[in-house]
Amino acid sequence: MKIDLFITCLNDALFPQTGQATVALLERLGHEVRFNAAQTCCGQMHLNTGYRTDALSLVRKFVDDFRDAEVIVLPSGSCAAMLRELAPDAAHWEGDEALRDEVRALSGRIFELSEFLVKKLGVTDVGAAYPHRVTYHPTCHAMRSLHVGDAPLQLLRNVRGLTLLELPHADECCGFGGTFSVKNPDVSTAMLADKARHILETGAEACTAGDNSCLMHIGGGLHRLRSGARTVHLAEILASTEAKVWA
Amino acid sequence: MSGLHPSRPFPEAAREAVGNPQLRANLRKVTNTIREKRLRAVEELPHWEELRQLGAATKDASLANLSDRLLELEASVVARGGRVHWARDAAEARELVAQIAQAHQVTELIKVKSITSDEIELNAALDAHGIHAIETDLAELIVQLSHDTPSHILVPAIHRNRAEIQALFNRELGDPQHLSDEPAVLAGAARRYLRQKFLTTKMAVSGANFAVAETGTVCVVESEGNGRMCVTLPEVLVSIMGIEKVLQTWEDISVFMEVLPRSSTAERMNPYTSFWSGVTPGDGPQEFHLILLDNGRTDVLADEVGRQTLRCIRCSACLNVCPVYERAGGHAYGSVYPGPIGAILTPQLLNMTDKNANTLPGASSLCGACYDACPVRINIPQVLIYLRGEANDQKGVTLESLAMQGMRYAMSEGWRFEGAVKLARLGQGPLVRNGQITALPGLLGGWTQSRDLSAFPPQSFREWWRTRNAEPGAGSEGGQP
Ligand code: SF4
Repeated sequence: MKIDLFITCLNDALFPQTGQATVALLERLGHEVRFNAAQTCCGQMHLNTGYRTDALSLVRKFVDDFRDAEVIVLPSGSCAAMLRELAPDAAHWEGDEALRDEVRALSGRIFELSEFLVKKLGVTDVGAAYPHRVTYHPTCHAMRSLHVGDAPLQLLRNVRGLTLLELPHADECCGFGGTFSVKNPDVSTAMLADKARHILETGAEACTAGDNSCLMHIGGGLHRLRSGARTVHLAEILASTEAKVWA
Repeated sequence: MSGLHPSRPFPEAAREAVGNPQLRANLRKVTNTIREKRLRAVEELPHWEELRQLGAATKDASLANLSDRLLELEASVVARGGRVHWARDAAEARELVAQIAQAHQVTELIKVKSITSDEIELNAALDAHGIHAIETDLAELIVQLSHDTPSHILVPAIHRNRAEIQALFNRELGDPQHLSDEPAVLAGAARRYLRQKFLTTKMAVSGANFAVAETGTVCVVESEGNGRMCVTLPEVLVSIMGIEKVLQTWEDISVFMEVLPRSSTAERMNPYTSFWSGVTPGDGPQEFHLILLDNGRTDVLADEVGRQTLRCIRCSACLNVCPVYERAGGHAYGSVYPGPIGAILTPQLLNMTDKNANTLPGASSLCGACYDACPVRINIPQVLIYLRGEANDQKGVTLESLAMQGMRYAMSEGWRFEGAVKLARLGQGPLVRNGQITALPGLLGGWTQSRDLSAFPPQSFREWWRTRNAEPGAGSEGGQP
């Protein structure tokens, strides 16, 4: 399949290894991967912070950049939810029905990585190996907007050498929420403290998820605590093999 | 806090609450318990999703013709011997209640738990007229006796633990014997106190959970039976309802009798549901007044996105699942409507002009748990995001809006974004230690209060992609050979 990658601004700038792992994984599964270098951002941060006009100009750009894509795969649940759920609403609020229709027309072709693998390709064993104790945090958008369900867990269960540890209160938000973490730092920190405690309770070496924004938050907290546990994107685990470990 | 108007911005009020370990422990315990119970109660019904849809559709249908419904309700209530009053705002509603009390020379009245009456700050207004309003809901009574304000829609004293209540009752209810902290003993003391009030007070004030236009019936749903005492024993009954509470037909109520108890108290059926239609000679209050309160609601109704907020049946499920409410508590919202529903309802009722209330749509990580829990499918995250935009419009140009505009500009072309990332990589230099940033300046300082940040790596994805494709095969680590 010809797959267009949307690497998302955060991954591009701060977590390039996640994008690289996504490329490696999809190519290993025999797909042709394309990256349109014109792409930048889905506008999620702008929209969620209440800057609709700015957000919509980025949505417009996304639509222009990906108009001809067959499928668009991105290693971020929240950006996928933004494009599939929120962007059409926001376009409608601003009276831009043309943009709403265009982004809606694309939305059936937009997939978060784990749902693409499990639901679209029907693959749950990607031939990965990762000999570590790992716990999985289901991110809010993947869980509640995209309904990816246990797709990531199915993938993780088939990773050689990986010990999957159950995270207590897994479905509680980590407290990131984009600019929420900066505008309401105290509440965000209190939420993070509980999430970090639950992760450490599992005894995992690493916490994984399908979204680097949440992982940046959780990882930042774990690092500040000097806890020894770290975060790693699901794509990096799935891309890892006995020959090459990504994370 | 009183009424709708928060006295300070949410982040400031929340900081204080988050720093109170006793409050956080109380809240965590209660919300976690109700949360699990609610899930079990909901899972029992295989057709829960259809019920939610039906609940939403039923409310939407009556909201779609709200003025007709209200006129019909008025006619039905009058036909059954009741009187109907229209109140544009809180002041008009308060004045109406005071006038009715004065006409009957009442100096003390009993109240059924009603958030709408808290919204209009009724008790304080009555006090100013020399009329004492006594709360009869146990938790409301606790709040009233401790000169506190409610912090939860359903469990107004959720922030209080048993020991605090024991001390309060021993002090305030003047019982001769020392009360133990047994819930039954404490409830017994309250009952003795309230019974005497039920039997001697002439006038009662209630809210309304629902009203039925075609029959002129008003409905109050409660757990203790004290509300039922209030609506049956006194001679005069005044009910204040927000205009969004009206339903079209008697059958319309049935879906809410299923979803409301399961969503709020996790019960299959509500313990005390009282219905009354006008007055019945020789039975119950002989004078009935219904006050229809607008107080900003028609403006909310006029807004295409915000309108769904008026579906709310005040079950409080959204509060109990909200991670922000769980940490910050109800008082941080500064209004009688706390939690996710408060974050969208309060600023809208205040017409998006109150600068403290306008911080409420920001009081959410947008995790979506509230939307999943809401029995009438109010898309709270969607409304929050929408209202953040409306709030920004009120604020005009700010440091934040300029930063956002700058970022948007940088992101308007791939090459421009690449340049911006390169600049940031250079600029971060002095901040980075061992690949991590531990202190950020300005607007971003909130982040490093408790979190480190991994620094910009030497190469972005797009830079890597370019090198990899410039030398085919060379850069594709892990890719196909
Ligand atoms: S918004 Fe929904 S969940 Fe929250 S109180 Fe209202 S009806 Fe209940």
